[in-house]
Amino acid sequence: MNALPLFLTVLVACVVEAVEALTIVLAAGLTREWRSTFQGMAAALVVLAAVTAGVGPALTLIPLGALRLVVGALLAAFGLQWLRKAILRFSGYKDLHDEARAYEREVAAARAATASRRAAVRDWYAFTLSFKGVLLEGLEVVFIVITFGDTQRDLGVAVLAAAVAVALVTVTGVAVRAPLARVPENTMKFAVGIMLTSFGTFWGAEGAGTRWPGGDAALLVLVPVIGVVSAGYAVAMRRSRQPADAASLASAPPSAVPPSAAAPPPGRAAR
Amino acid sequence: MRARLRSFGAFWYDFVIGDDWRGGAAVAVALGVTAVLAHSQRINAWWLLPACVIAALGWSLRRAAARKP
Repeated sequence: MNALPLFLTVLVACVVEAVEALTIVLAAGLTREWRSTFQGMAAALVVLAAVTAGVGPALTLIPLGALRLVVGALLAAFGLQWLRKAILRFSGYKDLHDEARAYEREVAAARAATASRRAAVRDWYAFTLSFKGVLLEGLEVVFIVITFGDTQRDLGVAVLAAAVAVALVTVTGVAVRAPLARVPENTMKFAVGIMLTSFGTFWGAEGAGTRWPGGDAALLVLVPVIGVVSAGYAVAMRRSRQPADAASLASAPPSAVPPSAAAPPPGRAAR
Repeated sequence: MRARLRSFGAFWYDFVIGDDWRGGAAVAVALGVTAVLAHSQRINAWWLLPACVIAALGWSLRRAAARKP
């Protein structure tokens, strides 16, 4: 397989995760204290580097067929989870992921917490908030980098894509000093879900002993098929959701109807 | 120690499987059947896993929609 799809898939997936980690780091740093926040971030990066250095090369020792079976199963399950969430968000069954709101929640919690010093860390809350945020989001990056990189026997390209994504988000975050709410995260998650599910399906079936018609070129059909079917599910669910919303608004007592739903906002009444 | 192991397992379960275990189960069963067909029956069932993945996604979404009032 060409390195470009591998690079782009890992890049987009890692941008999404890095944006979420940045929101948490900014909330900890701007509300609490930067030194402890950076200590937490550095500690998480050390753990992530150790996991990548340990697990990544170790997986290359596994025969390719077995590796593709295990990685394919994990990626397909993981991708289905992303895709399911993205479709539920698109169709209104789940709230859209909003970095600005996530940031406000973290800031409110950070302001309410009391400060305590432990060893070389001045603010333990800022340290743990930053550590957990970077570690959890980073684990998803490591998972994607290792599975894609090892299965394609091209860990270098996957690591490079992740590094570019993290650098891109860090530089933008430092420049704007605010959560990157304008990044089309929900759309990107939808796209990544399609790629993870497609690659997982491809490698999983190969690992189970099948041969795809056309070899690697089958991905050029598989990705659009899963994409079109997912988009179809999303549109169908959105359509079925709208009459349900309208019916629940119509049957609700006037006091239960939110003002935004009961009357058009100012300036739109004439349209 | 046992509690830590349990929370470690719960973390990885949530990480890979998430809200609906049926997707993961469908993938595992489909892969198992594909492997059996490929190795013992010599049937190249490359179509089975994508079909199961698409069906599992639809099933999971349908269940999620039915649960939401």
